[in-house]
Amino acid sequence: MSKRKFRIWRGDATGGELKNYQVEVNEGEVVLDVIHRLQATEEPDLACRWNCKAGKCGSCSMEINGMPRLSCMTRMSTFEETETVTVTPLRTFPVIRDLVTDVSFNYEKAREMPAFAPPVGLKPGEYRMQQMDVERSQEFRKCIECFLCQNTCHVVRDHEENKKEFAGPRYFIRAAELDMHPLDAKTDRKELAQQQQGLGFCNITKCCTEVCPEHIKITDNAIIPMKERVVDRRYDPLVMLGRKILRRDQIAPLASTEPAVHAGPVVVDETKAPVDFGRELLPPMGAAVNAKGKVDLNEMLSDRSAAASPFGDDVQFPVDPTALNYYHPDKL
Amino acid sequence: MDKFVYDVVVIGAGGAGLRAAIEARLAGKRVAIISKSLFGKAHTVMAEGGAAAAMGNVNSNDNWMVHFRDTMRGGKFLNNFRMAELHAKESPDRIWELETYGALFDRTKDGRISQRNFGGHEYPRLAHVGDRTGLELIRTLQQKIVSLQQEDKAEYGDYEARIRVFAECTITELFVTEGRISGAFGYFRESGDFVLFETPAVVLATGGVGKSYKVTSNSWEYTGDGHALALRAGAKLINMEFLQFHPTGMVWPPSVKGILVTESVRGDGGVLKNTEGKRFMFNYVPDVFRKQYAETEAEADRWYTDPDNNRRPPELLPRDEVARAINSEVKAGRGTKAGGVYLDIASRLPAEQIRKRLPSMYHQFKELADVDITSAPMEVGPTCHYVMGGIEVDPDSAAAAVEGLFAAGECSGGMHGSNRLGGNSLSDLLVFGKRAGEHAASYVDALPARPKVAASDVDSATQAALAPLERKDGDNPYALQHELQEIMGDLVGIIRREGELAAAIKKLGELRARVAAVSATGGRRYNPGWHLALDLRNMLIVSECTAIAALEREESRGGHTREDFPKMEPKWRKVNLVCGMGPNGEVTLEHQPVPTMRDDLLNLFDKSELAKYLTDEELPA
Ligand SMILES: Cc1cc2nc3c(=O)[nH]c(=O)nc-3n(C[C@H](O)[C@H](O)[C@H](O)COP(=O)(O)OP(=O)(O)OC[C@H]3O[C@@H](n4cnc5c(N)ncnc54)[C@H](O)[C@@H]3O)c2cc1C
Ligand code: SF4
Ligand code: SF4
Ligand code: FES
Repeated sequence: MSKRKFRIWRGDATGGELKNYQVEVNEGEVVLDVIHRLQATEEPDLACRWNCKAGKCGSCSMEINGMPRLSCMTRMSTFEETETVTVTPLRTFPVIRDLVTDVSFNYEKAREMPAFAPPVGLKPGEYRMQQMDVERSQEFRKCIECFLCQNTCHVVRDHEENKKEFAGPRYFIRAAELDMHPLDAKTDRKELAQQQQGLGFCNITKCCTEVCPEHIKITDNAIIPMKERVVDRRYDPLVMLGRKILRRDQIAPLASTEPAVHAGPVVVDETKAPVDFGRELLPPMGAAVNAKGKVDLNEMLSDRSAAASPFGDDVQFPVDPTALNYYHPDKL
Repeated sequence: MDKFVYDVVVIGAGGAGLRAAIEARLAGKRVAIISKSLFGKAHTVMAEGGAAAAMGNVNSNDNWMVHFRDTMRGGKFLNNFRMAELHAKESPDRIWELETYGALFDRTKDGRISQRNFGGHEYPRLAHVGDRTGLELIRTLQQKIVSLQQEDKAEYGDYEARIRVFAECTITELFVTEGRISGAFGYFRESGDFVLFETPAVVLATGGVGKSYKVTSNSWEYTGDGHALALRAGAKLINMEFLQFHPTGMVWPPSVKGILVTESVRGDGGVLKNTEGKRFMFNYVPDVFRKQYAETEAEADRWYTDPDNNRRPPELLPRDEVARAINSEVKAGRGTKAGGVYLDIASRLPAEQIRKRLPSMYHQFKELADVDITSAPMEVGPTCHYVMGGIEVDPDSAAAAVEGLFAAGECSGGMHGSNRLGGNSLSDLLVFGKRAGEHAASYVDALPARPKVAASDVDSATQAALAPLERKDGDNPYALQHELQEIMGDLVGIIRREGELAAAIKKLGELRARVAAVSATGGRRYNPGWHLALDLRNMLIVSECTAIAALEREESRGGHTREDFPKMEPKWRKVNLVCGMGPNGEVTLEHQPVPTMRDDLLNLFDKSELAKYLTDEELPA
C-alpha cells in the first residue's frame, strides 16, 4: 500500500481544471479502483462510467497520461511509484461532467449504417456457414464499443467539421463485418463505406488499431481490404502506400504529417477566391473496368492506347480551373 | 420535467428488455427502452459461456425433454414447471431467430451452430461465440433494434417514430392508478432532470441484485431496482432466498475479487485442485447425482472425447455443489492464501488451444492478474452471481400480479427454481422477453381506456428523489452500501445459520432509518453519489426479502444452504416463499404451494429419480 499522486480533470461543458489528489493504492489495483476510492472518500460526486470492471463492456474509456485506455484494464503497476497519473476525459467527444463524455456521435453513426440483410429463401434454423468463413466477421464482432478508436482517429479528433461525413473506424469494421458475412444479402457495402461513411478520409495511420483493447486489426483486416476492393473501380493512392508501408513511422516521410485527405468542404473568403469554392464537385469518376471489375490492361482490347486514366477517362486536360475548388496557396 | 407517452415502456436494455421491445414494436406498438447505462452495456454483455437450447446440432439425442429434465434437476424441482417447459421448447427457435438478425455463432463441421458442454447439461447444448456469447447476443439485439428504427425512418421520416432508447435514465418509481399501471418516473443521469413516462404497460427487465454483496460478479447496475419497483407497485417476489454463488470467481488480486472465470474453462477440460494438488471434486458428488458422474480421474478424462460411454467429470456438477465444495476445501485449510483453490487448464490443453477456445479468459488473467493461464493455474473462489428469485409472473404471459406490469429475465422468478443451470439465463431472456413483449402489446390492445397518472404521485416521487440532495446530515451513501454488503456477505452468504440470519434481519432493520435519511453532496448533473443514495432503498428491501426468506426455509436446496438444516426436505419442495410489501413498507412473507407438474411431464423422469425429490404421496402410481 502506498500513496500515489493523481491529477484528474474535474469540470463540465463550461470548463474545468486538473485537480490534484493523493490516493492510497494497493497491490494489483487498476486506475478505476483508484477513482472508486476517491468517490467513496473525498469526492462522492466524481463522475465516471463503468460497468463490468473486466474489459468487457467498454464503458470506462478515458485518457490516462494522454493515452486513450480502458481504466479498468490499466494496472497501477504499469506506472512508476513516483509518477503522477493524469486522467482526463475522451477528447473527441463533448464533456458532460468530469470523466463522462457525450458519445452520442457513435450511436448516430451506428444508425446510419445499413443493417444486416437476411438472405431471402432461408428460414431461421437453415443457415449454414463454415467456421472459417464466419471467423473473419467474428473478429470485428468482438468490438466492445469502447469508442477508443473513434476518440483517437485524427480525422475527427480536434476536427469537429469532419464528424458529419466520417463514420470512424468502429463503423468501418462494422461495414467490413457485414461485407464479409457469408450470408449478408447486401452487395454494395464497400461502395457505401466509400460514399457515405467517409472511408476516403482515412489515411491508414493505424492509430485506431493501436488503441483497440480487443486487439482488433482495424486497419489491416478491415479498412485496407475495404479500400482495396473499392479500388478495383476507384483509384486511391493511399491504399498502395498502406499496402507497401504498414507502419506509421514508415509512412511519415512519404505522406505529409498533416491529415492528408481531408476532402471536406473548404471554407474561404469569397472575394479573395479566384474560383468558386462553394461548388460541390462531382467526385472523380472511376476508371473504366471490365466485367471482372478490373481495368483492362491489354491495349488490344481497350479502346485507347496506354492504361486508363486513374482520374477517369471523362476528364479532359488541362482541366478548366473554374470547375475546380482547388485553392492555390499563392493567391491567399 | 420531460413527459413522454408510449404504448409499452421497457425498463432494462439487456437481453430480456431488448427482446421484449422488439416484439412489442413488431406488434405495432410505440415502445420506449430505458436503461441506467449506455445502450449495449447492460449486464448481458458480460455473459461468457453461452445460451442453452436443445437444437441437437452436436449430439442428436438432445431434445426439449432432455433439456427440461436437466433444468428441473438443476432447480431441484422447485422450478415453475410450465416456465421450464416453455423455455426448453422455445429456446432453439429464439436462437435461430438471432441468426436472421445477423448473429454469428461458432459453427459445427457441417455448418450449423456449434454447442458446448456446460455444468448440469446432459448434452453439449450451449450455443456460443468463443467466450463472449453475451456480447454477441446484446449486440445482435441492439443492431436489430437499429434496423427496426431504419424501417421506421423510411416509413415515417424519423428513426424514433416507434422505438426510442433512453440511455442513462434511471426509473425510480412506477405509478399505479386504480390497480393498473399508468406510468413510470425517473431521472436522466446526465442532466439530473426528471422524466415522466405515461404508459399503460411496463415490462421490467432490470436484471439482478448482486451489488448487495461484497464479492460479486455483478456491476453497479445490479441494485434490485426492478424487484423493488414491483414490490412497491404491489406485485410479489418469489424464491428470494435462492442466490447463485458462482464457484469460480477470481480471488486475486483483491481489486478484481469476484470477477467471473467462465464455466467453459471446466467444460473444456479445466480441473479444480487444492493446495495439496489433489483433484478434490470426486469427494463431493452428492447422492442424487452419483449415477451421472465419473468416479475416477481416468473415466472423467475419457468423457471429454467419448461422452457417450463415460460419465462426466465432477467439476461439471451444478454450480451450487461446486461452490460449496470449494468453500469446504478452503475452510479445511487446503485453500490458497487469498481464500481460493486452483483451476488448472494449463496442464490439460496445449497453449495454442487455450488461447483459441478461451480468448477472453486468457486476456482477462493476463491483463488483470498478470497470470498466463496457458502456463499457470488460476486462483478461484465463489462469487455472488445470479438471483434465482424474482417477480412472480404468469408463465405464459410473463404478467405480474399488477395489471399492466410484466417481467422477464433475471428480475423475474420461478423459471430456475432453487438453482439456475449455466446458459439457461441467456435463453430465458429471449424466450420470456419475447413473451413479455407480445403480451404487453396485446394487453394494451384489449385495454378500454388508458389509466391516468395522478399528479400527487408525481409530486411525491419528485420529492423522494430530491430528498438526499437536500439533507445535509445523513450518512454517506458509499458507507451505507458498504455496511449493507458486509451484512449480506457475512451473514446471508453461501452457508447460512439461524442465528446469523436473525442478526442480519435485525441489522438490516436498523439500516432502514439511516438509508431513509441518507444524504448526497454535489449537484444533479451526473452525480454518482446521489444515484447510489437513490438505489440504496432498493438494495435494502431486496436484501431484507432474501434474509427473511432464508431464515424461514429450514432445509438446504440449490442456492440456499443452511448449516443447521443440511438436508433437502421433500416437504419444503412443495413450498414457494412469497414476499410482498406491507402498508408501512415492511416485508411480508407467505407460504404458497408450488404448482403441481402435469403427468406427461412427470413421466419424463425415472420413478427412482423422482423419489429423491418428491414426497411419497406426490409420486405417480
Ligand atoms: C459475469 C457474468 C457471466 C454470465 N455468464 C452467463 C452465461 O454464460 N450464460 C447465461 O445464460 N447467463 C450468464 N450470466 C447471467 C446473465 O448474463 C444474466 O442473468 C442476464 O444477462 C440478465 O439479463 P437481463 O436482460 O435480465 O438484464 P441485464 O442484461 O442485466 O439488463 C438490466 C438492464 O436494466 C437496466 N436497469 C436496471 N435498473 C434500472 C432502472 N431502475 N431504471 C432503468 N433501467 C434499469 C440496466 O441499465 C440494464 O440495461 C452471466 C452473468 C454474469 C454477471
Ligand atoms: S487508420 Fe484511418 S480510421 Fe484508423 S485512426 Fe488512422 S485515419 Fe482514423
Ligand atoms: S474497434 Fe476496438 S477500439 Fe474501436 S470501439 Fe471497438 S473495441 Fe473499442
Ligand atoms: S468497466 Fe467494462 S470495460 Fe471497463
